[in-house]
Amino acid sequence: MSSLSLAVRDSSTMLRRNLLHVRRYPSMTLNLLLTPIMMLLLFVYIFGDVMSAGIGGGGADRSDYIAYLVPGILMMTIGGTTIGTAVSVSMDMTEGIIARFRTLAIHRGSVLIGHVVGSVLQCIASVVLVGAVAVAIGFRSTDATALEWIAAFGLLALFALALTWIAVGMGMVSPNPEAASNNALPLIFLPLISSTFVPIDAMPGWFQPIAEYQPFTPAIETLRGLLLGSEIGHNGWLAVAWSLGLAVLGYFWSKSLFNRDPK
Amino acid sequence: MPSSVMPTSSQGDGQASPAAISAVGLRKSYGDTTVLDGIDLRIPAGSVFALLGPNGAGKTTAVKILSTLIAADGGQAQVAGHDVATSPDGVRAAIGVTGQFSAVDGLITGEENMLLMADLHHLSKSDGRRVTAELLERFDLVEAAKKPVSTYSGGMKRRLDIAMTLVGNPRIIFLDEPTTGLDPRSRHNMWGIIRELVSDGVTVFLTTQYLEEADELADRIAVLTDGKIAAEGSADELKRMIPGGHLRLRFSDPAAYQSAATALREVTRDDEALSLQIPSDGSQRELRSILDWLDAAGIEADELTVHTPDLDDVFFALTSTTMVPSQPKEDAR
Repeated sequence: MSSLSLAVRDSSTMLRRNLLHVRRYPSMTLNLLLTPIMMLLLFVYIFGDVMSAGIGGGGADRSDYIAYLVPGILMMTIGGTTIGTAVSVSMDMTEGIIARFRTLAIHRGSVLIGHVVGSVLQCIASVVLVGAVAVAIGFRSTDATALEWIAAFGLLALFALALTWIAVGMGMVSPNPEAASNNALPLIFLPLISSTFVPIDAMPGWFQPIAEYQPFTPAIETLRGLLLGSEIGHNGWLAVAWSLGLAVLGYFWSKSLFNRDPK
Repeated sequence: MPSSVMPTSSQGDGQASPAAISAVGLRKSYGDTTVLDGIDLRIPAGSVFALLGPNGAGKTTAVKILSTLIAADGGQAQVAGHDVATSPDGVRAAIGVTGQFSAVDGLITGEENMLLMADLHHLSKSDGRRVTAELLERFDLVEAAKKPVSTYSGGMKRRLDIAMTLVGNPRIIFLDEPTTGLDPRSRHNMWGIIRELVSDGVTVFLTTQYLEEADELADRIAVLTDGKIAAEGSADELKRMIPGGHLRLRFSDPAAYQSAATALREVTRDDEALSLQIPSDGSQRELRSILDWLDAAGIEADELTVHTPDLDDVFFALTSTTMVPSQPKEDAR
């Protein structure tokens, strides 16, 4: 068997294993979905009046705020889902099964590739689910062309890939699943200090650069631009650069951790 | 070139059969701690080899190096004709490993675990199903096959673990403390399983801290202590290295006991149990001469038992003191 077909075959076996885990234990995935959905409902229905007064120079109504909020919530969904990835990678690495995988004549990277592909698929499914909730409470895109929709999905998938590789590294470096879950918290914390809920210029001046240039804000702004027609500006290439940078960083980090001799 | 002959085996047997596993001067340290301090091994194909040692002796480290899980700091090792450092995939294709901690996926069922292994060994779907069904049957897991492994007992997990190891039909199997934590019945079942493997011609490399287990299963035993092999040989050879073997004569009649004790001066007396101990290595020849001597002295005991030192004696003698047995050792570094 050529090394490429070996890689594809073993990785898809590992992917099937991970998807089987998700199917057997949907509660973990659903728990992770709860945070973005709660945030969406909380900010729309509980804080909605105050929040909508704060955007667009006042005078915006609740449906304007839903439109503003949803792109950030979708990115937050990806962050939350990849916490699950960090936990499940850590579970694999701390249990005996990884020693078995390492002593089989299989493609060496297949364990991680299975996790990464599974995680990206899970992110997309989660985004679709949360997106459906958003549509149900009144989210509509404004005049997005087919191309913009495709670009939006591409951006979501790329961002999911980037956060997934980082999450895999976090899972590898954590001594146990609990620690992995803690170490991966920035993935769901960063969206809180991005432009998800309020515009950057409503934040204190000293904090604005942090919020503006962290990975989530450019991705959120780009998604807003694609779906709602707002100004994308430099956020487009910033989002792509962040995503590619994080993906490459996470890839090499995870790979070097994986190639280390196990304890 | 991998067939470098290693004179580790002082008895000279097994040199004709090809070595399934061989190692010269394996070394491994973690920080300042030396775990393996130059060990040499030569394990003929189709035999059972037991690496015996206390906790922390380096048994698991040896298994990890030979099964390509970690790299050695020094020395060389060949498994199934492949160098563990330069051709790990060649080694991996020939071996099956059951580590100390169960290497099963607890989130899925026993059957799914088996099918996963079949897929990773690139068996066709039908072959995978057939092998899975056969092994589940053989390891008495048919009833539990559809249940998540997290609900299995320790013994069931162990059995599944071994069954998964056998999916690829490996010719060399590493079992790292296969019976640790099992109840006596499960332990005996596991022994049966290991004997069955051997009868199929598989080479078994086993680590254990149970002397009884090494005695029961292994053709050859190496006692590992402080990262060095303190002694190697068959169970009997090891036992003969250690003094302490004796014949025990027990009497029920105190008068007979007294007269025997007077007649046989160099024996150890146990007046309360009415028994006498005569030092002996337990070999047939020595046994015969002692019996002749007893006959000549007109002594007839009610019970005669032979006590060879068991491996416990060997183990403690080799692992507790600095005593080095009279075993030719060569420096292969």
